[in-house]
Amino acid sequence: MPGSSVESDLLTRKDCEQTFHYAQQAARERGVTAIELLLEASSHALTRFANNAIHQNVAEQSRRASVRVIVDGRTARAATNRLDRDSLSRAVDQAIEVAKSLEFDPDLLPLAEPRAIADCNRFFASTAECSPEERARVVAEAIGVVESAGQTTAGAYSTAQTTEAILNSRGVFAYHSETLARFSITAMTADSSGWAKASSPDRLAFDPLELARRAALKAELSRAPREIMPGRYTVILEPAAVLDLVGQMFGDFSATALEDRRSFLAGRLNQKLFGENINISDDVYHPLQAGPAFDGEGVPRRRLALVENGVPREVAYSRAAARRAGVEPTGHGFPVPNEFGEAPVNIVMQGGDATIDDIIASTDHGILVTRLWYIREVDPFEKIMTGMTRDGTFLIEAGRVACGVRNFRFNQSLIELLNNVDLMMPAERAAGEEAFDMVAPGLRARNFNFTEVTRF
Amino acid sequence: MRDLAGRALDRALRNGVAYADVRVIESRERHLSTKNGKIGHISANESAGVGIRVIAAGCWGFAATDDLTSEGLERAAALAIAIARSGAAAKKADVQLAPENAYQITWSSPTVVDPFAISIDQQIGLLLQVDAELRRNPGVTLSEASMDFVRSRQVFASSLGSLIDQTRTTSGCGFCAYAYQDDAIQKRSYPNSFGGQFQLKGYELVQELDLPGNAARIAEQAVALHSADQCPEGEFHLILDSSQLGLQIHESIGHPIELDRVLGSEANYAGTSFLTLDKLNRLRYGSELVNVVCDARLEHGPGLGTFAFDDEGVPAQCTPIIQDGQFVGYMTSRETAAAIGQPRSNGTMRADGWARIPLIRMTNVSLLPGRQTLDEVFDVDHAIYMETNRSWSIDDKRYNFQFGCEIAWEIRNGRRVRMLKNPTYSGITTNFWNACDAIANRDHWTLWGVPNCGKGQPEQVIGTGHGASPARFRNIRIGAGYAG
Repeated sequence: MPGSSVESDLLTRKDCEQTFHYAQQAARERGVTAIELLLEASSHALTRFANNAIHQNVAEQSRRASVRVIVDGRTARAATNRLDRDSLSRAVDQAIEVAKSLEFDPDLLPLAEPRAIADCNRFFASTAECSPEERARVVAEAIGVVESAGQTTAGAYSTAQTTEAILNSRGVFAYHSETLARFSITAMTADSSGWAKASSPDRLAFDPLELARRAALKAELSRAPREIMPGRYTVILEPAAVLDLVGQMFGDFSATALEDRRSFLAGRLNQKLFGENINISDDVYHPLQAGPAFDGEGVPRRRLALVENGVPREVAYSRAAARRAGVEPTGHGFPVPNEFGEAPVNIVMQGGDATIDDIIASTDHGILVTRLWYIREVDPFEKIMTGMTRDGTFLIEAGRVACGVRNFRFNQSLIELLNNVDLMMPAERAAGEEAFDMVAPGLRARNFNFTEVTRF
Repeated sequence: MRDLAGRALDRALRNGVAYADVRVIESRERHLSTKNGKIGHISANESAGVGIRVIAAGCWGFAATDDLTSEGLERAAALAIAIARSGAAAKKADVQLAPENAYQITWSSPTVVDPFAISIDQQIGLLLQVDAELRRNPGVTLSEASMDFVRSRQVFASSLGSLIDQTRTTSGCGFCAYAYQDDAIQKRSYPNSFGGQFQLKGYELVQELDLPGNAARIAEQAVALHSADQCPEGEFHLILDSSQLGLQIHESIGHPIELDRVLGSEANYAGTSFLTLDKLNRLRYGSELVNVVCDARLEHGPGLGTFAFDDEGVPAQCTPIIQDGQFVGYMTSRETAAAIGQPRSNGTMRADGWARIPLIRMTNVSLLPGRQTLDEVFDVDHAIYMETNRSWSIDDKRYNFQFGCEIAWEIRNGRRVRMLKNPTYSGITTNFWNACDAIANRDHWTLWGVPNCGKGQPEQVIGTGHGASPARFRNIRIGAGYAG
């Protein structure tokens, strides 16, 4: 259930209006009327543990104001983390000075006009009010779970609240506050490891102790890993592995990336590119998603059908890209000016109805992957990605987990991967380390390309 | 700022606090870019804040705030202490620190030309000049150029009595040309990929690199790659340019020698290290030609890892890491040095701004120059020569790596005979460094800057330095990225 609609104390709507007033007044005094203000405030705390003890324990509170001005067809931005009148005035001065030094830009758009923005309520007091003592208590219990299995553990438990707002001189005032909790844990034996992670706006929506038990079980099951030959294998990717791998391609679902011909979708939109069973949307309104329902100019986000039955359909448009293409902006633009334009950031990949046990039981010979690591693009057009498996890689034989195996390096085209998926689990809010959290299923795919094996 | 640091330290030093340090930082940044003849982004940023770190109840606590009022400092100090005390719920032993002296010093990195004194229109004008030169080649489909300047003043004060006032100015610049053709994308960058070259210098760095003078050549190569042969797969001798070798050092030497990784502090995120304590002074890391140091001193050069004191008040030092191929040293902090019985930290603790705690980070981890001329390095019957990183990946213990480069050439009898596209190479760290059989001399040595090294939770991004000259490696696996 979503929490109550809460205005964050870090940066209230009134604070935003006051700050904008300062900036607008400073601009007017210099004869500038077109002004946009991005405001951010965050409070983030993290309790980190290793070797079965808390070893790093931190909190930070910060704010930021970023002012953009438009002066005679020229625009520039200046930012400060001081929100007092003098600091804002200085930022306005800087932005005006920079803007005036630029050439006239005939393509520059006026500031966005106000539009209705849906309320995505993602603020939970349970997360916002979590104390250091409470984080330490949870961490101590999780350590106890792994320690009692005779293993060593490391991980992090974080709680945060953030507020973002955009105001401009045409009347835009978009405001969003949310909370986010994350718990990540690694369990280790002398020759194996296991990992689990969850994230949610509500820290009570997941159970850190269950994650600790899962990590410890994976570490136990992968003891004494066998080295097996690299090659093409049927692979079962758990949701975090899907997120971190598939999540690498969504920057290409951008109208600006297509214009720049740096997107692998060039010449491939509205053609069958992936398997029939692949459906992916960008949907900030999904109940398992996070983030504000507006973009870097205050434009409301709309749902995008990125891939329908294997066909790439829609891409994101900022206001500038939309104008060039003669379409409506989709609400995915980055703060202006920028060179990248826009990108979808609330990915929802449709899953299936198989359980992980079903998938394992129906796999004669394959590799089960908990997590992937250090994923980088080898080829930008075939979308070949390289990376490593990590923290729980298993050989599946005759429908059972046979043993842990030494970790593999892969070189895998995402286009090929998404043509080879034959089973999927229900989608869940997945949390990884290499891509944005997204709603994604675990899945099974044929012919996954493991090219090398490492020494552990 | 000094007064502010003193007041913050006073508030942190309460009953039960065994140690405290504070870092007050004011920073100024300017970031400029162009794309296809237009402004990409242009921004000027300022930031100020304080981070307070304490040991109480035998545990670390840290709180950071941008509220620099007395009340803000009071709240942050109290929170740091409360956080430290909460850690006692899961404590195995009290934090112990290796001893360190107290210092009072003011230091600024040398700059010849203040980058903030150069007008933005002059800087943008140069980028647009480069951009126009790139697009003069009709095969270039996307051109990007950028400059980045940061000046950061930090006042460090600790309960040991240190008061260290440091100002560092860094500059970076570079450009790249993309060519899209026949369902493939090729890219060339100068002087390095991912933003170019970064050093502890002023605007003189931009002037030295002659961006416009290199644009036509880079554009031509980006387009020519489409006509080049695919890099073959197999085992070949490999020659790397110094920028790619800098990243190879970063990933396969710099990260595994971080003692906090070795001791397990990063196990959940960045990973651990194959360099377990039993390997110190016992492991043959590389061939006898391989000598590596971790050197934060100005004498080493104007690197992104050059400073006078690290972020826990330890002076910059030069630490031997690999001597004649033998593994001889880690990068340490006051806490990790004490943990392995070393008398003193070698000064590698650095934080990404005022809001984050210092962690062990690479300073300038450099491969010392060899004795060969460049011709001698290339004097081989058959090899593949690769330039400029395109992709990089390594496992979480830093054994297995794979790198891709933007461009390669096949070398026959010491001469380039054909251009190759999509080169990749891979291997196991110690096998790779033991295969090194030639390193070019100091005439070809460059101290490269890696501006985007990530580590820690919450993640911290920091700049590191890596000196290298071109080097040769025997029988390396090439082409795995496109195999299968």
